Amino acid sequence: MVVVAYTTSKYRPESVSVLFTDFSWLGNWPKWLDLPLMPFLNDGFDKLIREYGMFFEGINNFLLGLYTDMKNFMVGLPWPILMISVIALCYFVSGRNTGTTIMVAFCVFFLGFLSPRYWDKCIMTTCIVVIGMLLCLIIGIPVGILMARNKKVRNAILPILDLMQTIPSFCYLIPGILLFGLGAVPAIFAIFVYAVPPLIRLTDLGIRLVDKEVVEAAEAFGASKKQKLWGVQLPLALPNIMQGVNQCTMMSLAMVVIASMIGTRGIGDEVLLGLQQLNVGMATEAGIAIVLLAIIFDRITQSYGEKIQARTHNKKKLIL
Amino acid sequence: MSKIEIKNVYKIFGDQPSKVLPMVKDGATKEEVLEKTGHTIGLDNVSLSIEEGETFVCMGLSGSGKSTLIRHINRLIDPTSGEVSVEGTNVMNLDQKQLIEFRRHKMSMVFQRFGLFPHKTVLENVGYGLEVQGQKPEERNKTAMEKIEAVGLNGFEHQYPNQLSGGMQQRVGLARALATNTDIMLMDEAFSALDPLIRSDMQKQLMDLQSELKKTIVFITHDLDESLRLGDHIGILNGGKLVQVGTPVDIIMNPADDYVTAFVKDVNRAKVIKAKIIMKPASEANGVDKTNLVKVQEDQFIEEFLPQVVCNNANCEVIDKQGNVKGYITNKELQKSLTKS
Ligand SMILES: Nc1ncnc2c1ncn2[C@@H]1O[C@H](COP(=O)(O)OP(=O)(O)OP(=O)(O)O)[C@@H](O)[C@H]1O
Ligand SMILES: [Mg+2]
Repeated sequence: MVVVAYTTSKYRPESVSVLFTDFSWLGNWPKWLDLPLMPFLNDGFDKLIREYGMFFEGINNFLLGLYTDMKNFMVGLPWPILMISVIALCYFVSGRNTGTTIMVAFCVFFLGFLSPRYWDKCIMTTCIVVIGMLLCLIIGIPVGILMARNKKVRNAILPILDLMQTIPSFCYLIPGILLFGLGAVPAIFAIFVYAVPPLIRLTDLGIRLVDKEVVEAAEAFGASKKQKLWGVQLPLALPNIMQGVNQCTMMSLAMVVIASMIGTRGIGDEVLLGLQQLNVGMATEAGIAIVLLAIIFDRITQSYGEKIQARTHNKKKLIL
Repeated sequence: MSKIEIKNVYKIFGDQPSKVLPMVKDGATKEEVLEKTGHTIGLDNVSLSIEEGETFVCMGLSGSGKSTLIRHINRLIDPTSGEVSVEGTNVMNLDQKQLIEFRRHKMSMVFQRFGLFPHKTVLENVGYGLEVQGQKPEERNKTAMEKIEAVGLNGFEHQYPNQLSGGMQQRVGLARALATNTDIMLMDEAFSALDPLIRSDMQKQLMDLQSELKKTIVFITHDLDESLRLGDHIGILNGGKLVQVGTPVDIIMNPADDYVTAFVKDVNRAKVIKAKIIMKPASEANGVDKTNLVKVQEDQFIEEFLPQVVCNNANCEVIDKQGNVKGYITNKELQKSLTKS
């Protein structure tokens, strides 16, 4: 690599022998000792867009269509109907838990009550989060299952997850924009990259934590891989998986606010606007709206997880 | 051909079992191997054969490899080296599909820590083996209910395992294994969590079942009395090695080494030894005092005729069912056979 860096650098000295007569390059880091990663990546990325542009455009159109339809539908609904639907959803999903439902009803009402503008913006944000979540579920859970089943797959995927979680989000927002343009789709892409790792990890962990002897029992009675997975491993891993889903939702919401900086419309741009105008009241108000939205998402997914757990484990709520 | 045949099986737990294998084959002990390589010996050159219709009891201290051995039979564990065959087929040669069929129809298992499905009711747990075979719910629930009754758990069928006591859970595991009605049953400490009353009841049920259906049972226990009561043959494991295999009487009368001796030290011999085992054949019994004799059936346990002998201070005359004299037991010999250790 050093040789490659040397030969491709425009700063290299006239000939190699100079290096052995003039040792000044040992003082400061020499300019020619520079791995040409950036141009390499840029070339690669250009090539990707040139050759697979159609592919990304397809994804883009699909997700954008989904988002637009969903958003238009929900914005088109009269607000009381939408509000009642959310409350009803919460009521049934939480297993008719009135406390949770009242709390969620309160939060939903306050979203619009804080500022009428927020209602539609919150809908946009919700649509993005929901689509991002679906994508996470569709890809994250099967990957988690594969990891739990196969050690090699796990060893291959774990570093990728580490990478996804540690790389600053702006680093993939930019390629997201280049691939999908501005708007909702790069936000969905960013949500996916940011929020899928915990779901994968918790699915994998949940499955591996299932009591070994219980899995052995399934095997000993001749369960096929499929019967073992659906009948024993997934149901018993469900509390952990639901915890992953909950994490995933919260992280999606955090991401969608950051994504407003790349022009994704939603409640996040109110915060951005407040910041740009140094309008503290405005930013705080929007901040509160985001918190309310987060509470709604959290309560609904959390209470669903608890309900499932109560059913499959037939126990009182686990303290999480 | 034996029903189950285990030939020179070695099992080593660890990262690189095949590298450690030669060392184990050279006779390194479990402790040495653990210290030098960090690998644990599960089984060390175990060979045995189990005949159709017999109850084979496996005994040994904690960690001696009993559970490891039983898991080889249905291939929950693959041996590091050696061969396990059931009804003449080497289980290592089965492919995925055959293995599933084999486990569904050939054998069932009771687990030491029960291995019940916490998200299924007792009824669903017991019917599980039939469920994976693809039986319809009505059909399998009927069979499952029968087995639940057989283990005395009726009324609990819609409860979940964690609502039951340990002993009740164990009986659920037992019922689950009975439900598939397989030829071979692997029972890993199947009665260990039961109270003495239910335990002896279950032992009796198992023996009745055995005399009726002639299943092949591999039974693990820590309880010597249980093993003597149930076992046609007993195998004793020590640190992964099979130190002795034999009938209950063999083991008690001729323990192979100190370990086995220690194992059988406290057994109530009078309960296990039959008259015909310690008698002197009639032809060799010239010097026996025949004036004061107690008549004893050859298949009676010492326990059954001992009080009579003691009361009368008599010698025994052993007869078969037709009343023919087979041999004699002197009072002295009787005493000796009871105290020998
Ligand atoms: N999965 C495993 N990984 C590593 N070592 C194991 C594993 N299973 C068993 N062993 C080791 O193999 C040895 C035998 O274990 P096994 O479970 O067969 O004992 P056991 O005779 O059934 O004991 P117990 O009476 O306590 O049930 C033990 O030393 C144990 O540490
Ligand atoms: Mg065991």
